[in-house]
Formats: sequence, structure tokens, C-alpha cells
Amino acid sequence: MDGYGMQNQIACIRRSLFDQGYLDEQFIQLEELQDDANPNFVQEIVTLFYTDSTRLIQNIELTLNSRPINFSKLDDYMHQFKGSSSSIGAKKVTSECAVFRQYCAAGNAEACIRNFQHIKQEHAILRKKLEFYFQMMGQAAVAQTR
Amino acid sequence: MNVSSVKGSMSISSSTSTWKAGDTISDQFPAGLRVLVVDDDPTCLMILEKMLTACLYKVTKCNRAETALSKLRENKNGYDIVLSDVHMPDMDGFKLLEHIGLEMDLPVIMMSADDGKQVVMKGVTHGACDYLIKPVRIEALKNIWQHVVRKRKNEWKEFEQSGSVEEGDRQPKQSDDADYSSSANEGNWKGSKRRKDEEEETDERDDTSTLKKPRVVWSVELHQQFVAAVNQLGIDKAVPKKILELMNVPGLTRENVASHLQKYRLYLRRLSGVSQHQSNLSTIISAQDPTFGSLSSLSGLDLQTLAATGQLPAQSLARLQAAGLGRATAKSGIPITLVDQRNIFSFENPKLRFGEGQQQHMTNKQQVNLLHGIPTTMEAKQLVSLRHAAQSVGNMNMQVPPPGPQSSQNNPLLMQMGQQQQQQQSRGQILVDSTINHAPRLSSMGQPILSNGMATNVSSRNGIPENIRAPGYSQTPSMLNFPMNHASELPGNCFPLGSTPGVSNLTSKGAFQEDVNSEIKGSGGFMPSYDVFNDLNQHKPQSWELQNVGIAFDSSQHSNSLQGNLDLTQSALGQQGFSSGQMNGHNRSAAVASKAVFSTGDVKELRSAQNVNQHLNNLLVDNTIRVKSERVCDTSPANIFPDHFGQDDLMSALLKQQESVASSENEFDFDGYSMNNIPV
Repeated sequence: MDGYGMQNQIACIRRSLFDQGYLDEQFIQLEELQDDANPNFVQEIVTLFYTDSTRLIQNIELTLNSRPINFSKLDDYMHQFKGSSSSIGAKKVTSECAVFRQYCAAGNAEACIRNFQHIKQEHAILRKKLEFYFQMMGQAAVAQTR
Repeated sequence: MNVSSVKGSMSISSSTSTWKAGDTISDQFPAGLRVLVVDDDPTCLMILEKMLTACLYKVTKCNRAETALSKLRENKNGYDIVLSDVHMPDMDGFKLLEHIGLEMDLPVIMMSADDGKQVVMKGVTHGACDYLIKPVRIEALKNIWQHVVRKRKNEWKEFEQSGSVEEGDRQPKQSDDADYSSSANEGNWKGSKRRKDEEEETDERDDTSTLKKPRVVWSVELHQQFVAAVNQLGIDKAVPKKILELMNVPGLTRENVASHLQKYRLYLRRLSGVSQHQSNLSTIISAQDPTFGSLSSLSGLDLQTLAATGQLPAQSLARLQAAGLGRATAKSGIPITLVDQRNIFSFENPKLRFGEGQQQHMTNKQQVNLLHGIPTTMEAKQLVSLRHAAQSVGNMNMQVPPPGPQSSQNNPLLMQMGQQQQQQQSRGQILVDSTINHAPRLSSMGQPILSNGMATNVSSRNGIPENIRAPGYSQTPSMLNFPMNHASELPGNCFPLGSTPGVSNLTSKGAFQEDVNSEIKGSGGFMPSYDVFNDLNQHKPQSWELQNVGIAFDSSQHSNSLQGNLDLTQSALGQQGFSSGQMNGHNRSAAVASKAVFSTGDVKELRSAQNVNQHLNNLLVDNTIRVKSERVCDTSPANIFPDHFGQDDLMSALLKQQESVASSENEFDFDGYSMNNIPV
């Protein structure tokens, strides 16, 4: 059945996200919060995260581009960013943030800048993957109602 | 989490605000716990909200600390616990924590992605009752209700302790008290005073007017006078006798002043710990007004306290206050404080609150229960209002019925306070204000929270369980929130603050008035905080409720069945942990017993209540220990006699913040009152 096949596919996508380390168990916490009253809770949270984190990324970018670099401010932003990404279970992004903070604490501007590129990449990759995942779920839901 | 009545839980969470008499709330706790969550990160905030809702709590979210503070100030009794992030742009989470501790004495849990030891330690020293590492899991949130219960228990304990100290003093003063009470109290002011122990035991069944010492309610005005006297004498030289002379308030005893002073000192000590930077701040401010705004975060209390401690020069204080007052546009902090103060003064039953609050505060380590209930004619009124309150009690938040007759009749002091607000005394009021805010918390117990703004570290009281709602407690409202004082249950409960042990009454007040009194006696001195109980004829069953004050949270609330009174008592009892503390050993046992009773929470179990009473009585007799922190968490009926509060860990932790308080207490001649459980 289409519905069933899709379900299967979705389950695979989901599992791979975990297996490949993009998501951790915090994401499962979010899934568990989803219920009939909030059927799209996970998607809403992820959307909210991406909206908010875009703003944070911009701030970090600005701070990194300014001279001299204000490391404490940078650390502050990154702390926020890390907290946010960890709350949705964005594993890779979060761990990159932790690395960044170490460089930041050491005052290593170059390493920070480099590392930040990684963070942005991971951030974007995860976004795509999740968008795809939600899209599939949406389609499956539609398929089921047919 | 105890969701024994899961079926009911859903309804409970939705109807938390309307506590209907007769509802068995006891088994619903912790469902409906009112949580305020503060986090600047919208993603985290939304997730937390969802998680807390899934735990069946009633959630309010804020993304800014200032907003959270104003919400808390507006509705002092509106929340049971606060969850706050550490890193926030507009205010440091620890700062917020301090404010909450000072003003509302609510349990606060800090959260952060930062798990470094320093940060966690900072949380501890600032008085957070827990620290969660982000990302927060729902499992971690399921048990946060324990902090609410624990705080209340600790407060109860405090009460008992403070009560015990005064006991010794009370004996000789009996006659005075009797006179005082007869003249001042229309109703039956169950003095929490120690001396009552004997009386309580013997007179339990009936009227206690002759036996019980009237509880002194430290109204705002009274507290201001007190502070003025202390400042005049110099904080180090202020001794009760002299303060009493300076205050020149008829009917006030040296003991009242002594215990109040003790609390005040605790408060100061607490503040001095955090005032370091504040004093710097104040100096800066005094130097230039513009910075005043930053001070706004300092409540009036702080200012006053700082001034008192000499850390803040008087002029600066005056200036700051003036600035605060005059500057409507100043940072929200001050204006809010001022506004609060005004509100506080306006509400009707501050008295009740104080008494209660005090009791509660007394237990607080730092809190100085400035409010010593002054027996007033309010009692009668309060009782009435309580009764009404009890009947209509619905939510814990103390939806206090608008104080009708009460307000007018309430102490003239209140009125004066209102007037005084504007004056120089405003400082004192601020303090009071803050305490009042706290009071609401206590309200569950009926314990008036010491209006003293003293930083109540032990916001434990505030944890007033919603349960209290029922009997009109609004318990906290009375104390803490002046403005709230209305009909909130407290009126009945205004149990005497610290001075009279066995404040436990407070909680029950509303509901049980009659029974409470009698019951209380049985229990060993729970003082039915007010005659209010008398009106409520819940009798026996009720009395035990009082005892549960400390524990009250869960079951008590539901005791609605009884009439809601039970709730009061229970919550009161639970909370009252400290109020009963005053009562001396008895209280404790009673409290414990009550707790037991409470746990059953089931109103229907009148019989058990009765039994509990018996037990309580027994307990009272042999229970001389101070009420130690009792772990009452469990509401199972089997736990009739919870262990005595043995652990003050929480308290200790809190106390640790302060310098050794105990030493300072000695001069007050508090024999037997050892701040033992306040490990420093």
C-alpha cells in the first residue's frame, strides 16, 4: 500500500538521521510530546528553531567580522545557540558548538572562524534533512486519508 | 508524579483556578501546580511549556526576566514554582533568583546548558532549589513539585522553631497576652506562642481565647515602626527592649519584638551577602541618578535593608527611593515595587497575612518574619471572610474573594499603612511589601508571610500548594500579597506569625475555624490560626487538616470534600510546617500527624482525620523536637506520621548562605530557640 510503503520509508529516513548522528534522543523527547492535540509539534519546534537560530547565526557572523573580535560576546551567542540546538536534539550542530566555544575561550580567532563554517554547514544540512522528513510525513498522512 | 487520579488530572489542570469545595484535590497534586517558566530562547521555552503541560502542570511562560518578575509581583500567590534560565539578555538568571527569593519566596529551579561546577555552585549559593542541565528532559520536570512541598515543610519547621524560642518567654507573659488577646481579639487568636502548648493540650477542645496569646501581626506600618526603631538604635545595638520602647505600641510584647528582630536579622544577613554589588550599585546610583534604573531591580526592601545594614548610606537610600518613587519611567523594578507597596497597603487583610506569613517565614532561614500578627478584630471578620472564602475557594492561587467587610474592618493599621506608604516609612513598607508578597505564598498555610521584605530565602513557604485554595485559604494571599489579601483565605488563617507557634492554624483557618481551634489544641497547639475556623464547622476532620499544613499540598486541597477547609488545613498544615513549628514539639507532631491526615487527602476520610487528631494529640505530647524538615512528600494514607522533619538539607543549604545566624540570636534571649537547624 502506498500508505504503508511510505510509512516504511519514513521510518527509514528517521532511523538514518539517528544512526548518522544528526539527531539524538532529545529529538525523541520532542516526538513524545507530540499528540493528537499537537499533531505537528515537532515540526513546529524545528521551524521555530530555524527561525530563531538564523538570527543568532547572523549575530555571530557580525561579531566574527568585527575587529577586534569580542570573544566574550561570541561565547554568549554561541552558548545560546548551543542551548537551542541541543534542545531539539541537533547532535552534530551541538557538538560543533562545543568545539567552537573551546576555541573561543582560547581566543583563537582563526579556529573560531573556521569552525563556524562547519557549524553553518551542519545547521543547513540538518535543516534540509528535516524538511525532507517532514515533507514525507505530510505526504504519508495525505496518502492515508485517501 | 502522583497522578493517582489521572482521570481527574485533566480536569484538574484545567480547573485549577477554580477550586470547588468538595473536590478532592488531594490526590490530584501535583497536577495543577502553577509553574512560571522563564527563558529567552523561544525554542526552549516552547518545549518546556509543552513538557510541563504534559506533566499536568499549569504553565505560564515568559521570555524575559522583567516580565516574569512583574507577573510574579502582580499575582503573588499565583505561582508555586519558577523555572528560570541562567543566561538571559535582560537580567541575569541569578539576579532574578534573588529577587524572587526576596520578594516572593518561591522555589526556583535554574536551567542552563552550562553544567560547569561554578555555575551550579552559584545556583546553590543564590538559593536555587535545583539546577537542571539543558536540554531538559521531561523526566526531570515530573518531579519538580517536590521542591514546593519541601519548601513548605521547611517553613513549617521554621515556624516551629521560632515558636519554640518564644515559648520560654511566653510563660511569664501569659497574663499580658491574655489581656492583649482579650482586648485585641474578638475571635480566638490562637497564639502560636509556645506557652500555648500546655494550654493547647488542655484546652484543645474549646475556646482558646483566654489561653492563646494573640498573634501579633506585623503589619506594614508596624514593621516600619520596627525598622525605624532599629535604625535609630543602630542595627548592632538594637535590643528588643529598647526597640519596644521606641516603638511604643500598646500590647506589643518584648517577645514579639525579639522574634521579629531575629527574623529581621536573618534577612539582613542574607541581604548583606548579596548586597555587595548592590551597595556598589547604590553608590553609583547615588552618584548619579541615571543609574537608578539599574537599581530598580533592587526592591524597596533591599534598599531599606541595605540602609539598615549601613551598606547603603541613608541619603542614598532616600535618594534612591525618591528616585524610584518619582521616576515613573524608571526601570520597572522600582516602580513595580512601589506599586506593589501601595497595593499591599491597600489590601485588607494584611494582618492576617502577616501572621501567617510570619509563621512561614519564621521557618525560612533567612526570612525574618517581620509580621507578627497583631491580634485584631480582624479575626472575626476574617473568619467570616474565610468562611466565604472557604466556600468559594477554588484555586489555590488564592482567588481571594474581594475582601468585603474584612477590609474595612481590618486593621486600622492597614489603613494607616496606606497612608504611610507615601511617607518616609515607605521603606518599611517596601519591606513589608515584599514580605507580603511572600505571604501569599504562605497563604496556603494561612501563614501570613512576613510582610517583611526580608528576603525569604526559604521560599519554601511559597510553595503553598494549591490545595489551600479550598478553604478560602488563599493563604498566601494574605501574607504575601497584600493586594491580594482580599478575601483570600488567609483571613482566616492569619495565623500568628512566628511568635506563636503552632501557626499551623493558619492554614486551616478559613475552613475550620471552629474545629481548628479545638482541633488544634488537640494536635498540640496547632493554632487554628484564627477563629475563622470556628465558623467552619468542620470539626475534627478539619483539625487534622491543619496539621497537615505542611503537607497540605496534595491531599489537602482536595479535602474540599470537607469543605474546602480541609484543604486549607492541609495546605496550611503542610505549609505550616513552620507555623506549627512554633507550637513546639506538638506542632510538629501535629503537623506531622496532620500531614498524615493530609496525605489521605481524601476529605471523605473524616474518620481517619479523627484518628489523626488523636494521633496528633499524642504526638504533640511527646514531640518536643523542633520540627525538622519533614519529608512529606508522600500523600499516601499510610504516612500518617511522617518522620519529623529531620532534614534541613534544604534549609541548611539555604542557610549556608547566611552567616551564622545562630550566634546573633543569642543575644535575644531565645532560649531553646536554637537555629540549630540552620546550619551555617
